Amino acid sequence: MEIRLENITKIFVQKDKSEVIAVDTLNITIPTGKLIGLLGPSGCGKSTTLYMIAGLLKPNGGRIFFGDEDVTDTAPEDRGIGLVFQNYALYPHMTVRQNIMFPLENIKVPKPEAMIRAQEMADLVGIGELMDRKPKELSGGQQQRVAIARALVKKPRVLLLDEPLSNLDARLRLQTREEIKRIQRETGITTIFVTHDQEEAMSISDEIVLMDFGVRRQMGDPQDVYDKPENLFAAKFLGTPPINIFDGEIKNNNIVLAGKNIGKSKGSDQKVVIGIRPEGFIVNEKGSFELDVDMVETIGRDTSLIINDPTRENNTFRAIIETKHRIKPGDVLKVNIKKDKLFIFDVDLGNLIN
Amino acid sequence: MLEKQSNLKAWLYLLPAMALLLVFTFYPLFNAFYLAFLRDYSYLNGTAEGYTLFGNFIDVIQGANFRIAMKNTSIIVFISVPISVMVALLISVALNSIKKLQGMFQTIFFLPYVTNAIAIGMAFAFIFHQDYGLFNLILGVFGIDPVNWVGLGASWNTAMFALLVYTVWGGLAFKIMVFLAGLQNIDKQYYDAARVDSTPKWRVFSRITVPLLSPMIAYITITSFIGAFKAYRTIIGMFGPTLRPPGTLSKDSLITIVGLVYDSIAQADAVGKISQAAAASIILFLITLSFTGVQMIISKKRVHY
Repeated sequence: MEIRLENITKIFVQKDKSEVIAVDTLNITIPTGKLIGLLGPSGCGKSTTLYMIAGLLKPNGGRIFFGDEDVTDTAPEDRGIGLVFQNYALYPHMTVRQNIMFPLENIKVPKPEAMIRAQEMADLVGIGELMDRKPKELSGGQQQRVAIARALVKKPRVLLLDEPLSNLDARLRLQTREEIKRIQRETGITTIFVTHDQEEAMSISDEIVLMDFGVRRQMGDPQDVYDKPENLFAAKFLGTPPINIFDGEIKNNNIVLAGKNIGKSKGSDQKVVIGIRPEGFIVNEKGSFELDVDMVETIGRDTSLIINDPTRENNTFRAIIETKHRIKPGDVLKVNIKKDKLFIFDVDLGNLIN
Repeated sequence: MLEKQSNLKAWLYLLPAMALLLVFTFYPLFNAFYLAFLRDYSYLNGTAEGYTLFGNFIDVIQGANFRIAMKNTSIIVFISVPISVMVALLISVALNSIKKLQGMFQTIFFLPYVTNAIAIGMAFAFIFHQDYGLFNLILGVFGIDPVNWVGLGASWNTAMFALLVYTVWGGLAFKIMVFLAGLQNIDKQYYDAARVDSTPKWRVFSRITVPLLSPMIAYITITSFIGAFKAYRTIIGMFGPTLRPPGTLSKDSLITIVGLVYDSIAQADAVGKISQAAAASIILFLITLSFTGVQMIISKKRVHY
């Protein structure tokens, strides 16, 4: 089921009558059978968008389509969606089996069939043995699976997950996100999930939609968004450790940082914001750029360097280099900057300059 | 050392409350038990003719009004409590679902709680007045002739009906307040989840709201039953100290077990009456205790905490 949002706008009226635009003329097309991550900082409108797709919130403007069907005015119960809430919203007084069967009771599936379907769904998410437990007797990860089973059991057209991993501890989060990916693949259901965790979104999504202040900032394959950020926000939001940002300029088609040419640009002469990914530095004795190493963090796979830079606010930035270079604090390192890890953005809007 | 000191402080803080409880609750309680087993105790002289195990209890049970009091109390308990719990539940769910004027309605429904029961009883007696009462006026709209609910020579049936209406109404306020607080504590996401799963309204009520509210419902039901067993103020409020409509016989009295206790106390000058009052209150205590015990056992199975 392809989902299309056309010019969706949502305005919340605060208690003091002031208006907050949570989602601003949003246009997204979500392809059939894919796992899509809605990603952005808290308050960016991603959950609001999810709840509008679910029908629990009504947009102030724009249309929502499921396939060719306009569902903007359709009640949530008639949209054929499965929704997994952030805190799962499992009914505490019902057993796992009763929880999973509850949606089927409502659409009057005969009990024997409902029992079989509930068991199938529980087996799919790996909680088949826990059917007679109450939710509070389950771990967070198990509860989350029950919630997914309950959402999937009525065979919805779309599965929506609101911050599905935020209530889990770090180890469980890793395990569960693989699980979500597997369940999505096995069922082939179009799935949208909301998260503020870029790593989570990038690791399991087929595509990510990056949002900020209710606006879509970029959408695409996670690797593409990381490699080709369209704007400063996208560049800053993705990547750990985050991208290093410097003030620089374009002069005579050269990108100039701290008085040194570090690359070429076709842009006209202007002040720019320069972003260099931490892994964008290559150690080279003839390098044009000098790094004054303040601290060395050994990770094993690679080495993270804290570099002194008095021009920056916190006086340092971070570079990641291969382990074959044995660096000590206090070393001055000559480096070149990888072209594909270097981005320049205009100062006013933060848009990418080629 | 440190622990001992703080312990001492804790006891010190508890002392005023403990002292009051000792004088006004525990002493009368034990005294009642003591009095109930005295033979021919005279309140005036403070003398008794030794002890008796069941004598006073037998006197109470064989008393003219005991059966009537038992009947009246049972009717008040088993009719008014279930009705008022259910009505309160429906009103609070309705109140919880409206947004506008919720505060105003909340206040209106809570007013009876802060109003004197005797005053309300008098107001209700007037509402049920044969000639000027609101109730007959409304019945008149439907073409029903005025009924003598609580007036001169009114029957036991109509008087009990009026009393039950008043009891149910008077008990609503507190129940609504507790239920509303409980409802507002239920996570909205349960309702969103139910909505997405196309759950019909009545099923949301019966399968989600009631179970999630069951601790409150159990608490309210148990305390209401205990309160109803002690019914007395309501009857005084409506019928005055005779506890029955004017011009009726004592067999038509609306006396309750607590009424029986007060009746005996009123005749304290007669030998043995105070002991009978104590015995009657112990009978009431035992009935309430065993009934509450049964309820606790049931609610353990039915309540989801």
